[in-house]
Amino acid sequence: MSVCAQEFSDYALRAIGIGERLLPKHDITLCDQFVLIGSGMMWNIYFAVLAVFFGFFLATAVALARASDRWFFRLPAKAFIFVIRGSPLFIQFFIAYEAFVLIPKMGIDINLGFTEITVETRWLTKAWLGALIVLFLNTSAYTAQIFHGALMSVPKGDLEAADAIGLSGFKKFRRIVFPAMLRLAWPSYTNEAIFLFHATTLVFFSSFPAWRQKGDALYYASYFADKTFDPFIPYPIIALYFVIFTLLLTLLFSFAGRRLNRHIRKDHQ
Amino acid sequence: MFEYCADPGSLDSLQWWSCYLTTGKQFMFYESFGTVLALLFLTAPVILLFGFGGAMARRSRVLPLRWFGLAYSSMVRGVPDIIFFMFALIALDQGIEYIRHITLCPDWTEPVRQGNDFVVCPQAKMPLSSAPQWVHQVYGFFLAVIGFAFVFGAFAANTLYGAFQAVPHAQLETAAAFGMSRAKMFRRILLPQMWVYALPGLSNLWMILIKATPLLFLLGVQDIVYWAKELGGAKTARFTYPHGDWRLGYFLVLLVFYLALTWLSERVFDRLTKRVSRGQATMGGTT
Repeated sequence: MSVCAQEFSDYALRAIGIGERLLPKHDITLCDQFVLIGSGMMWNIYFAVLAVFFGFFLATAVALARASDRWFFRLPAKAFIFVIRGSPLFIQFFIAYEAFVLIPKMGIDINLGFTEITVETRWLTKAWLGALIVLFLNTSAYTAQIFHGALMSVPKGDLEAADAIGLSGFKKFRRIVFPAMLRLAWPSYTNEAIFLFHATTLVFFSSFPAWRQKGDALYYASYFADKTFDPFIPYPIIALYFVIFTLLLTLLFSFAGRRLNRHIRKDHQ
Repeated sequence: MFEYCADPGSLDSLQWWSCYLTTGKQFMFYESFGTVLALLFLTAPVILLFGFGGAMARRSRVLPLRWFGLAYSSMVRGVPDIIFFMFALIALDQGIEYIRHITLCPDWTEPVRQGNDFVVCPQAKMPLSSAPQWVHQVYGFFLAVIGFAFVFGAFAANTLYGAFQAVPHAQLETAAAFGMSRAKMFRRILLPQMWVYALPGLSNLWMILIKATPLLFLLGVQDIVYWAKELGGAKTARFTYPHGDWRLGYFLVLLVFYLALTWLSERVFDRLTKRVSRGQATMGGTT
């Protein structure tokens, strides 16, 4: 690691506030760009991993609610999916940020003395929590729609077979319906995960301010493009990072998908 | 707008609102909705054109052209679209200025890239620094249209390529047996039938395009997001219409606008799907 060693120790963890405080201003080298943009990728991965992970559970719940016979489950789920899927993520970020900024102000007005609440709500205006919540809700709605579609196309024969061997209730769901749903939803779910990973670039760029210049990959890439007036270096670098991580993501998902399909005959997949 | 608006401070709430909502700046906000719709309807045909080009290149019998088509249509899968927007716009802008620089000022000896700066001669600036404000805006909008078309054209190329592949092969063999040329086969058999297969993907793409329009703001066009931020920000008593931070309200208006737009589009596409699948040998067409 003799190449870029200095830049690496200065900026490898810059995106989370460790290392050199000042960003490079003059004589920006290729090393600076590679290390700093890579450092910003940590945020993209952090957002993507946590949002997809938590989103998976909410999405399953929403998909089940959407398929429910009872209107007080079905209608809220439908409305949630409609609002999130029908509006741009960009606008959702703005609305969430403005709303989160307003909350602590109101909190101080309404209950004076409850400092605990105001301290907690202040975190919402920071990207690590506020933007994560938006991404989490966003991917939940899209995934719920995918899961609902898959749920509707679980083969009738599977359900009848489950009934025939006496499975019912939660056991039937866990053993039969849920695995079948996942198996059917998997290709679309992979796409959604990729989309969400790519959407993480909007966080620092569009709404949540990057505090002390701790930003994500695109934040640093556009910083370099601004400073050097040369888009032909930082943007291909960030593109390369994203291609690599998207490939990794695809591999991971296809591995999981193969596990879900392992009982199915190869020529039927 | 109304005569009683001369002194807004003394008005009651209903009249105050009627004055507030009809100020010149508010009308700029209303017009910016037109900007968004214009972008959508201007870009859509260009996207189809780019998509067609990409799909045709990918189907070409010339190998390098096929590679180009493959690279173009698969690039958007690995890289976030927003990065392409940022990149394509600056690259296009600099490219145009550079070409003008070479042609308009051949005597210019200094290099274009000076350290951290990109310097072209004043005549090559695009648009000229002496041009009126609206020229700058139109030029920015034009660049945005090209940027959108470039990125979404890649999506469309994917969809259209898949649709071409989905047309049953037996039909093409039949056409070949009838002695049709490749071009005629394309025109008579492939093109009319691919739309059924392309439509779900294209409608999906249209939805994504609608939801990508706020990115105009990042590209520096004065779109609805720009005006929502501008007008929603807190106005002190120095202003004619002082108010607190109303950005949340303005953004909620945008939310409703987008929900209406996507809802309406979904309706239209449902109808269109019924229409193109008429007479097709698919589940939707047989009924």
